[in-house]
Amino acid sequence: MLRALLAALAALVLVAAPVAAQDLQSVLQEHREGVENPSRRSVGVVIEALIAADPPGVQTFLERWQDREVWVRKADGLFFYTAPGEGGALTLLDIATGDPAGTAARDELGEVRPNGGVRREIAGALVRFQLSDPDPRARSAALTSIARNPSADQIEPLRASIADDPDPALKAAKERLAAILTARFGENTAERVAAIETLSNDIGLETRAALNQILAVSPGVGTTLPPGANIARELRPGSEALSAAEAYGRLVDAGLAPAPVARDRIKEVLAANIVDGRVAGIPVATLDTEARREEAYDRLAETGAVPPFLTEAERQAAIAAHVFYEAYAEPDAAVTDAARAALTEVDLRVGANQTADIALDALSLASIYFLAAIGLAITFGVMGVINMAHGEFIMMGAYTGYVVQLFVPDYTLSILIALPLAFAVTFGAGVAMERLVIRWLYRRPLETLLATFGISIALQQLAKNIFGTQARPLTAPAWLDGQLVINEIVAISYIRIAIFVLALVFLGLILFVLKRTRLGLEVRAVTQNPGMAASMGINPDRINMLTFGLGSGIAGIAGVAIGLYAKVTSEMGSDYIVQSFMTVVVGGVGNVWGTLAGATLIGVLQKGIEWVYPSNTLAAQTFMILFIILFIQVRPRGIVALKGRAAEA
Amino acid sequence: MPSDALATSARPFAPRRSLIAQNPSVLWFLLALALFTLGVTVLAEMGLVSTSMVKTLGKTLCLCLVAVAMDVVWGYCGILSLGHMAFFGIGGYAIGMWLMYARTEIIVTTSLAAAPIPPTPEEIVDAVGTQIFGVVGSSEFPWLWAFADSLALQLLMVVLVPGLLALVFGWLAFRSRVTGVYLSILTQAMTLALSLWLFQNDTGLRGNNGLSGLQNIPGYDHVPQSTVSLVFFWASAAALAAGYLLFAWVVSGKFGSVIRGIRDNEARVRFLGYHVEHYKLFVFTLTAVVAGIAGALYYPQAGIINPAEIAPIASIYLAVWVAIGGRGRLYGAAIGAAFVSLLSSWFTGGGAPDIDLGFYRIQWTDWWLVLLGLSFVAVTLLAPKGIGGLFDLIPGRRTPDRQGDYGPDDGAWRREEGTE
Repeated sequence: MLRALLAALAALVLVAAPVAAQDLQSVLQEHREGVENPSRRSVGVVIEALIAADPPGVQTFLERWQDREVWVRKADGLFFYTAPGEGGALTLLDIATGDPAGTAARDELGEVRPNGGVRREIAGALVRFQLSDPDPRARSAALTSIARNPSADQIEPLRASIADDPDPALKAAKERLAAILTARFGENTAERVAAIETLSNDIGLETRAALNQILAVSPGVGTTLPPGANIARELRPGSEALSAAEAYGRLVDAGLAPAPVARDRIKEVLAANIVDGRVAGIPVATLDTEARREEAYDRLAETGAVPPFLTEAERQAAIAAHVFYEAYAEPDAAVTDAARAALTEVDLRVGANQTADIALDALSLASIYFLAAIGLAITFGVMGVINMAHGEFIMMGAYTGYVVQLFVPDYTLSILIALPLAFAVTFGAGVAMERLVIRWLYRRPLETLLATFGISIALQQLAKNIFGTQARPLTAPAWLDGQLVINEIVAISYIRIAIFVLALVFLGLILFVLKRTRLGLEVRAVTQNPGMAASMGINPDRINMLTFGLGSGIAGIAGVAIGLYAKVTSEMGSDYIVQSFMTVVVGGVGNVWGTLAGATLIGVLQKGIEWVYPSNTLAAQTFMILFIILFIQVRPRGIVALKGRAAEA
Repeated sequence: MPSDALATSARPFAPRRSLIAQNPSVLWFLLALALFTLGVTVLAEMGLVSTSMVKTLGKTLCLCLVAVAMDVVWGYCGILSLGHMAFFGIGGYAIGMWLMYARTEIIVTTSLAAAPIPPTPEEIVDAVGTQIFGVVGSSEFPWLWAFADSLALQLLMVVLVPGLLALVFGWLAFRSRVTGVYLSILTQAMTLALSLWLFQNDTGLRGNNGLSGLQNIPGYDHVPQSTVSLVFFWASAAALAAGYLLFAWVVSGKFGSVIRGIRDNEARVRFLGYHVEHYKLFVFTLTAVVAGIAGALYYPQAGIINPAEIAPIASIYLAVWVAIGGRGRLYGAAIGAAFVSLLSSWFTGGGAPDIDLGFYRIQWTDWWLVLLGLSFVAVTLLAPKGIGGLFDLIPGRRTPDRQGDYGPDDGAWRREEGTE
């Protein structure tokens, strides 16, 4: 009630009442017929009168009217709200104050039931009240409603409500919407052009829609350009914008030329005129070329049986005799010029922002590739062991996360458990594989490749047998839902940010382990020269085992991260394995920084190609692989190539 | 030892002997193949072997052919190509385009013949296009189908497209000295790119629907499938015999010695003055062409081809067959391909009985791949000579007239490479 009163008060302040304050009931009684049986056309009069008089309680009345909660007492035609009373009777409530005003039996009252069209009109009228509603959500809803269905009469109430809005964000939104409305419905050219110019700073979808609406064109055709029309451009038939066939079609649509006889129609006509196996004297069996058919049709046309067939030359002549153009619906050339200039500027800004968005996407994809490849950078890049089951380690990590979530329902906790557990599981698997298989195959890369293929096939099928073929979910905690919105175009989901951060953490961690710890020193020593390392008291077997375990364990953690972002399936590993190897090879084998460079290049490249070929990720992947094949031609040792003796190792 | 192998063929006064005399296994293989072909034909005529079995055996022969090609490129030349099943698939697509076009054209012409006005050539092409590309929401003929109406041109494509692709790819890869595992990964990437490309609808090869109905040979609808399958079986056997002879000839002479030298130590061969890249490129391209021909014989028997057949995993299985059969001997590759692919269809087709462990029931349709994967690891580790190694156990066997190791290596246990 207080809300309604406040709103009514605000309305009073904002919309200066041209006539003396009038009681709500009396205004309604003036338009009693219109209130009781409103039609879409007549309701405008009632609403105008109500707004003009602006009695207290008018907003509540409009809301209740829209919600079909207004009743009329049949005896005197007065309007009331009702509340359930005793014994099936209804308690009447005064429409201005909401105070009880007696009771009435149900059959003494008639329900006022506005139809859908009327209710929409009422809603439109309500918007102006909602614009000053104390509840920010209501104000925001009102703005949305105006933006969805803009009209000229909303400009005034909208402008009036701007100054008093306490919320800066809503205030800005109102200002923008006011500018959009002014640009479209402003009173004079200067006002509109000014509004359009302010819009050129804005990249919102609504702004672009408004500008495009101002620039809406309709095609036209005539012998000359119509005088006074705001011509957008003239079209040359036969050009890319208007093919000759389309041009003729427009002539036909405008009634300026006879309809052409379609090929199918020719065929029908010929089939209908077969006499003794001949059409106009031509044997049916010879009618198997277009030229022959046209000849037969022409003969039929000469007899007057069918309308004449238009020759190509006649069509050309008809097209040449007319001009084709596109005209703006907006008659004011100054406005359309300003709008075009503004749209160009907006498009430029949108383009810049889209580039930023793609860059963010590319960065996020790069961090996923980096995560998938960094384990490989250790096993393949540093140790030189080619592990085709690396993808399956990623899958094992993801399934570990899935199993943990089955037992730990709290998503935050389960992820915190899953990350070290996935590391432990794949570390164990990696160490086992190194001991059982790879140890025997050092320095025999092709054999390693084949044996690990075997393991990859077996692990994949094993996962399929255990978890089934359908994708399993790995749910991210709620605080990773949603996205960071920078503006209407640039946005990035929190989960991608988390993966990005994880990738950075791992980069730091790996660099630290390899460059700053005893283990890293021993790893580098063993990979450079196992014999010399062994004579320095390092156990190469142990180091190889631990290094391989480390690389595999990181694959497991990457699996959890990738599982959060994509679905967990038994085949997810094979989706990443080729890309991962490409990342390492392109980046430069034996170097963590190279892997980073490779991942960035591939991520940026893939997003870039997806931008050029939107909605076709298959094409993007195809082109990317082709690019990589060519790239290796130019830099066979990758972006960050080892130099000197290390390169030969 | 590799350098000895080179020295042998370079002996100035070594008597020149015939191919068969140098490689007695060629004769045995051809004899076995002939007996097998005749036996299957007789049994099929007697009705003891079903038409589908004849098709399976015919397909297996094609797989043997591509495996022999793979053996030459991998077992003899040391290039672990993971792209030869892609060349195989390209051959299948090339012949499939003609089969599908010609058959659809016959169907369309028959149905349009009932119309009152005879159809124009454009109308026939349009109708064929609608029939073929309706599933991907198009009716236009893509440029790829430009020669689809001509059997001769399309047969040329079977040879030309895999050959050119291998030539260009191989030239790029070998020129920049991409070797070993890098080359394997690169060929795998090429295969992946090709299959992804074929998966797209707008490529013009019906996306993931692939080409179907290839078992119906246009113009021979009246010939029963039992006859068609036998004809293809014979054609496959003939192709395998011809391919085997060709490769036996290629790997037996001086050329064979050079490529084996490349396998064992590429740098040394280069320093001896050979153009290593040219040899590798020749082997890579020749085997790709043979793989394409094998595919062109395989897919009319399979009846359908889709991009999944070209996925990298198919090429990996090819390597698995060759490794299990035994690298570095042509008959080993053929035996491996036949053995593993038949065993695989027996297991996955539900032919193998389930094993009841009481607490768990092992269904081989689910567990076959696990078994295959693990046995593959075991073969790589423990029996690098594969099934072919069993033949070395035959006492008094005549080994080829060549010094040095027959197979590429002794697998995991080989010493010299580890100390290089």
